[in-house]
Amino acid sequence: MKTRALIPLAVFVALVALLAVGLTLNPREIPSPLIDKPAPAFTLPQLQKEGPLALADMRGQVWLLNVWASWCVACREEHPVLVDFARRGVVPVVGLNYKDKRDEALAWLAAHGDPYATSIVDADGRVGIDYGVYGVPETFLVDANGRIRHKHIGPLTPEAIEREILPRIRELKGA
Amino acid sequence: MRKILLALLLAAQTGLVMAQASAPEAALDARVMKIAHELRCLVCQNESIADSTADLAQDLRREIREMFLAGKSEADVRRFLVERYGDFVLYDPPVKRSTWLLWGGPAALLVAALGAFAWQLARRRHPDEADAAPDAATLATARRLLDAKDDSR
Repeated sequence: MKTRALIPLAVFVALVALLAVGLTLNPREIPSPLIDKPAPAFTLPQLQKEGPLALADMRGQVWLLNVWASWCVACREEHPVLVDFARRGVVPVVGLNYKDKRDEALAWLAAHGDPYATSIVDADGRVGIDYGVYGVPETFLVDANGRIRHKHIGPLTPEAIEREILPRIRELKGA
Repeated sequence: MRKILLALLLAAQTGLVMAQASAPEAALDARVMKIAHELRCLVCQNESIADSTADLAQDLRREIREMFLAGKSEADVRRFLVERYGDFVLYDPPVKRSTWLLWGGPAALLVAALGAFAWQLARRRHPDEADAAPDAATLATARRLLDAKDDSR
């Protein structure tokens, strides 16, 4: 009889555990279907340099694609982390300047520093759609064969660099 | 009377204005909006791509429109979006291993609840042997207690 009285308590505890797990999940982080798939091709004009950059130009090296915009508030938070990362020279970071105005983008880089090997201009956001971008900033790790290996949604933090990005880069470069 | 006339005039005018937008355009817009209602906006997740005013939703409506103009089908549009954003964009996701809990969970809960209910009913109708016939020791104790109560009176 006593054990039967514990059944509602057990059900309640199970429910609390279920809801507690639910609370730790971030509903804004939607797993990308592009992981381990070939990165969508692009050929886009560069923000500061002459001529376009294509996906194929990055073949043979591990690199980061960082989606940014001067209107993006969270990008400002992320920027010092990226500048610091670029200074370490681990892998090139290509900026995807997403739905931005050219002069504002240039002013933003002049004011906050430019961590990008180059920035490519996605004025109408079409390449962003191909990459499944829905919230700037987003960062993609692409391997030497042009496959997307990891996606970070939201601003990069020093912890994210250490725990998510660097171990994967080491693995990709080792292989 | 004047009010009625005015209302009629206004109605006629709106009709004219609406007729001016060409019929194929309107049909295309309707098609775009119909499929956009079945797709979730990723920026504001409680809205469909049809309802959302987010930049991305507008871009996606434009993209869908262009796909229809290029002769693509509704299935092509859905595939295009799922390839980029995952099943999450679909308000009606397909049944597969990662979604069986989503689809089967409520039914499983219902079956479990009905099962528990039926089990309780059966127990009530046929009480356990143990409940019905207490053993000799219990009976003896009960008799002793009852007798003791009688004595105290």
